[in-house]
Formats: sequence, structure tokens, C-alpha cells
Amino acid sequence: MRGVLALTCAVWATACVGGHRIDGLARAPEPMSADSNPAGSDTRAGEKLYARHCAECHGGDGRGRTGPSLRTARVRGASPGQLFWMLTNGDLRGGMPSWSHLPAARRWQIVAYVSALEADPAITPPERRSTAAALPVSPRPR
Amino acid sequence: LKLKFIFIFMFFLPSARAAAQERPFFITYDHALEEPGSLETALNPALGTQRGGGGFLSWWAEFEYGAKAWWTTAAYLNGQRTRRDSTVFTGFRWENRIRPLMLEHRVNPVIYLELERLSEADKTLVPVVGHDIEAEHAEPNEATSGERETELEARLILSSRLEGWTIAENLVFERSLEGGPWEFGYSFGLSRPLALAASPARCSVCPENFVAGIEVYGGLGDTGSFGLKKTAHYLAPVLAWELPRGATLRVSPTFGLNGNSHRFVLRFGAAFEIPSFGRRVGLVR
Repeated sequence: MRGVLALTCAVWATACVGGHRIDGLARAPEPMSADSNPAGSDTRAGEKLYARHCAECHGGDGRGRTGPSLRTARVRGASPGQLFWMLTNGDLRGGMPSWSHLPAARRWQIVAYVSALEADPAITPPERRSTAAALPVSPRPR
Repeated sequence: LKLKFIFIFMFFLPSARAAAQERPFFITYDHALEEPGSLETALNPALGTQRGGGGFLSWWAEFEYGAKAWWTTAAYLNGQRTRRDSTVFTGFRWENRIRPLMLEHRVNPVIYLELERLSEADKTLVPVVGHDIEAEHAEPNEATSGERETELEARLILSSRLEGWTIAENLVFERSLEGGPWEFGYSFGLSRPLALAASPARCSVCPENFVAGIEVYGGLGDTGSFGLKKTAHYLAPVLAWELPRGATLRVSPTFGLNGNSHRFVLRFGAAFEIPSFGRRVGLVR
């Protein structure tokens, strides 16, 4: 019993440190703002990967489920590099896991699919806590 | 009997979709954690040879839950059956893995804390620490299954991703809460999917669904006698196959590297992920 208590305290103590949000999480570094996607514009593989890894939270149609909608102007306006960065790092404090364990090629394929989702005008970022809201607000570079 | 029903229930619960890519290692951890709200159930049997005693089938059942995106907690139930001996339940483990850094780095640390109450009869070899050697497992279950110890295990997990490769190192520290020295161990793992990009077609037997790798692990003595003397070490190729709907199969032929190690252990793993388990049972909204 003493051991259980000790471990519980240790877990929570570490969690309090670990769970601290880092300022600037929302900012993808400059090199990640690239506008080109090495996976190209073919969304078929990305659609398959999205269904496998993302649809459980973001919904099969990308309109959100337990996670936020991806059919927002913010996501639509994000560069592939910014989406890739978000997918790689996640938002651990906000509940989105890191997908760095997927090879980069597959993350780019998912980005190609998500980038192609049409924005839904009915959903605006401020109304829902959104992964996309963590993305930089700068317009998509051309 | 009740446990049997729980296992059957957990393993055959319908899953909506698959989720994470399962790590292929049995001993080594990388910095990937369970998705928040997801429950992974797994059964990991191991067939081992034993000099001076009967061969054994050991196993651990695993219930791993993503409490947060940065915190995974897991419960394990261990047991073993030894040839010409008996079948015994050897105890339980409660494990926690926490990512202290919220962003990806070149090397990603994870803090691992585990409380375990296992008998001396345990033969899962997870992990190998201190002077855990083959000769200790030759004793009959009757003599060892009554000796239970509560131990704290801590690991420093360091893990990197490089061009599709996963490189993970674990430093293991273990100590009985009833006293005694700190015991040390290590494990190192290297793995890579057979194909980095996914194909557009849905497929089960295609390279993208396989992850191959290798892991090395062993003991490093204790505070009284740190080093490689009277320690066991293993080399284990690993292969994981991701099946549709959240199932993963793993296999690892494990070879002892010195006279203190079991000559051969064949590990299997069958894991099944239940996404949004927390929401389904009301743990999270």
C-alpha cells in the first residue's frame, strides 16, 4: 500500500512538471512553413491513413468527433509544413498525441489529404477548441 | 474462470478503427505513448529453454490506457507454466510512462515508473536487471512462488526518429521496497517499417504493415557489484505485423548471449486496440 501511494505521488509530481504547456507550442518553426508537400497532391494514400489514424477523433468526414473539425478556414489556410509540424508534435497538453512514430512519408500523405478537405463555412475556429487554432495565424505562403 | 472471461471480452470487443503503429519491441520502450482514451489489450507469451530444469511458457497480459497524450498507464498480470512442474500466477505490475517534454526533439526522454509485486517464480524476463540469470529459474515453482516482493522500477527512456528508423535506449533501475540494493539493466532497440510510405490500396500483407527491428537487453549488476559479472544478456530480432481493425501480431526469437542467459526464448505478442475506450466507459467525456 505504501508503494502504491509512493508511486501515485511520483507519477503526479512528474505529471505536474511534464504537463506544463510550453509557450510557443503553437508556432511552427520557419523551416516547417514550407508550402510544398513531398507527397504531392495525391490524396488516396492519405485518405487511407486518415481513416486509420485520425478519423476516430476528427470524424470520417473531418468535421470533428471527440477532436475538433479539420474543415476550418484555419486548417485550409495552413501550409503543408505547418500541418506536418502539428501532426509530428501533436498538442500533448491539449489532448492530441504526437504522430512522430509514423514515418515522415506517411505524415506528408496525411497532410495531403487534410489539406484537400474543403472548409466548412458553418464552423469557425473561435467557437470550438481546435487543433487548428494552435496553428500560426499567418496566411498561407505562396 | 472470471479472468478468462475478462480476457475473452477484452480481446474480442469490436473496434471501430485501428489507431497507433505498434512498437515491435517486447522489452524496449520508445517515446510513443498510447492515444488518450484508447485501451490496448495484449497477451505476450514466451517459450523458453531451461538448463537444469523444465522448459517454460511464461506470459503477461497487458492493459495499457492513454490517460493523457503525455501519460500512459498500464496494468500487467504475469504467469508461467513450467514443464514437469506447475502453472502459477506470478503477480502484477502497474506501469506509468510520462513525456516531460511537449515537443519532439532529436532525443526524446520519457520517465517510466512501475510498481510490481511479483514472485520469484516469474519468468517473463521483463526486464532483465541486476543478476537475473538462468540458474535462478531452475528452481521448482513450489519453492519460488511463495516468495513475493514489492519492487519499484524506474527507467529513463531515450528515443529518436531518424529517416524512418526508431532508435531507443532504456536505462533500468529496480529496487525492492523491503530493502536491498538498486539493480540495474539496459535495453536498446532499433526498428524500421519495411515501407515508409503507404500505398493507396487497402492491404493486409504489404510491407507498410510490417515493422522489423532488433533489440538487445541485459543486466548490469547492482549497487554492490556493478558490471557485467554474473549477468545475463539477450539479442532479439523483432517483427510486428499490423492487421486491420487495430490488431497487431509480434514475434521475437531471442538468443542468450552468454552462459548466464537462457539459450533461447521465443516471444509472441497479440495486441488489440480499442479506440475511445475511455469515452465508451465514461472515463472521459
